[in-house]
Amino acid sequence: MPEVTEIRLPGVGVRHEYTTADGERVGVVSHRTGRREIVVYDREDPDKTRSVLHLSPDDTRTLAELLGAPHLSEALASVQRLEGLAIDWITVPQGSRFVGSTIGDGQFRSRTGASIVAVVRQNTPLPSPGPDHRFEAGDVAVAVGTQEGLTQLRQLIDT
Amino acid sequence: MILAAAGEDAALVFIEIGAVALGLAVLARFAGRLGITAIPFYLLAGLAVGEGGIAPLDVSAEFISLSAEIGVLLLLLVLGLEYTADELRHGLRGGLVPGGVDAAVNFTPGLGAGLLLGWDLTTAVLLGGVCWISSSGVVAKVLSDLDRLGNRETPAVLNVLVIEDLAMAAYLPVVAALVAGRDLADTAATVSIALAAVALVLVVALRWGERLSALLAGGSDEALLLAVFGLTLLVGGLAQEVQVSAAIGAFLVGLALSGPVQARAGALVEPLRDLFAATFFLFFSFQIDPGDLPAVVLPAAALAVVTGAGKLVSGHAAARPLGVGPRGRLRAGTALIARGEFSIVIASLGAGTDHGDELGALAAAYVLLTAVAGPVVAKYADRLPLPGAHAPAPSPAASSDGRGLS
Repeated sequence: MPEVTEIRLPGVGVRHEYTTADGERVGVVSHRTGRREIVVYDREDPDKTRSVLHLSPDDTRTLAELLGAPHLSEALASVQRLEGLAIDWITVPQGSRFVGSTIGDGQFRSRTGASIVAVVRQNTPLPSPGPDHRFEAGDVAVAVGTQEGLTQLRQLIDT
Repeated sequence: MILAAAGEDAALVFIEIGAVALGLAVLARFAGRLGITAIPFYLLAGLAVGEGGIAPLDVSAEFISLSAEIGVLLLLLVLGLEYTADELRHGLRGGLVPGGVDAAVNFTPGLGAGLLLGWDLTTAVLLGGVCWISSSGVVAKVLSDLDRLGNRETPAVLNVLVIEDLAMAAYLPVVAALVAGRDLADTAATVSIALAAVALVLVVALRWGERLSALLAGGSDEALLLAVFGLTLLVGGLAQEVQVSAAIGAFLVGLALSGPVQARAGALVEPLRDLFAATFFLFFSFQIDPGDLPAVVLPAAALAVVTGAGKLVSGHAAARPLGVGPRGRLRAGTALIARGEFSIVIASLGAGTDHGDELGALAAAYVLLTAVAGPVVAKYADRLPLPGAHAPAPSPAASSDGRGLS
């Protein structure tokens, strides 16, 4: 972990800086208002910034998530707050006809209206699997849809 | 009842104030579009509606004058609220030398110019103050608009503002006493009372500010707004009673608040400040006789040049200890050039002195010049030739092009 330095910005907030493995100096300006700026320092004039990215509090959360915070749990939490939507964990059994075929092959969404938002394989979550994700026996598909759609999906995968 | 009795007057007052406020709104939008502070435009608007202007107001002058007084209090309250006790302590520790340089190279030319113009010492000291204090509002906006908050020199610039802030706490009561003082003994007594009060409040604010703020913390935003507004006017009024200016009282209230209450109060009071401060700037130039202006344009321009260079020295002195290179030091200096609200507040203290009218006109012209030119110079700071540098400057065009994230 590189050394992070903290610099006070009176009246504005605080700035944290560190040097990346590539030798780029990167800083995060945290405004008291909750806004953030990500700055990259100029190589020729290290006192000034080469580029600045302005982030609202919402943008900051999104970026933090993209940078590695648990994506899946956030998606699930937001889904569970919605009415009319349900979520289900469906195990792909040994004898399912979808073992070895991809999500795209199954055309699950067009058949049932439910979306597979994640797959858990041997306790490792794979968030947002693409249509080319190939099922193995024992995979757990995490699906979101109406109660009806999910029932159909379960029947489909179980057979 | 009251309204019915004053019906006709009230109608006229509403129409005049409404028209003025709408006019200011248009100016504020225009300034926003140009990317500069609206203060110069407010000052110009004040000239237009003042005595000898193109559309003089008369009915609502009294109301505007009272709003202007409240505007000064709120300006200083928000200035006091701007920094946390922690930031003030840190600023004091590291900023005394740059702060001293800043005062020497910017206050002195103003003082000298006042004396050269044949003014009395008090008015000259006021002009020194007008030239000394950068506009923290404009400077903070310039740094943010030009995306310089990440820059290495920026903490230095902000620290200069903190030190000027603290210096105001001592300077304002002293000049207020000088203005009010009838004889030497009287002045000395007032100055000592004022400084003692300021020192006391500063110590209390830095040590026990949190406990004081906890008293105010309960309750709704509405209750807090009324409490802070009331406290500001009350303390301001009491300070005025003992010949310490009301403005300094308001400033001390801002300093004394800390923690979450400070942040909440700041957010609540700011819209109120914008409203009343606009009338303050309007009223300030409202009182200026446009006939006084031609005589002060030349001194104002000369002062703007000299003290503009002075701020380059301030920026240099402040940024150097942080290990900032010559290019960054120059940027720090240019960011500090703009003067604004506090120059006008200081000039308004001298309204009653013998040369107060000339001081007002000169300060208005000076603020107009620096508040408009400062942000422009700051924007192009990377294209300015470096003073005393023989190494080739990095090509600003190549390095400031927006490649990368944004």
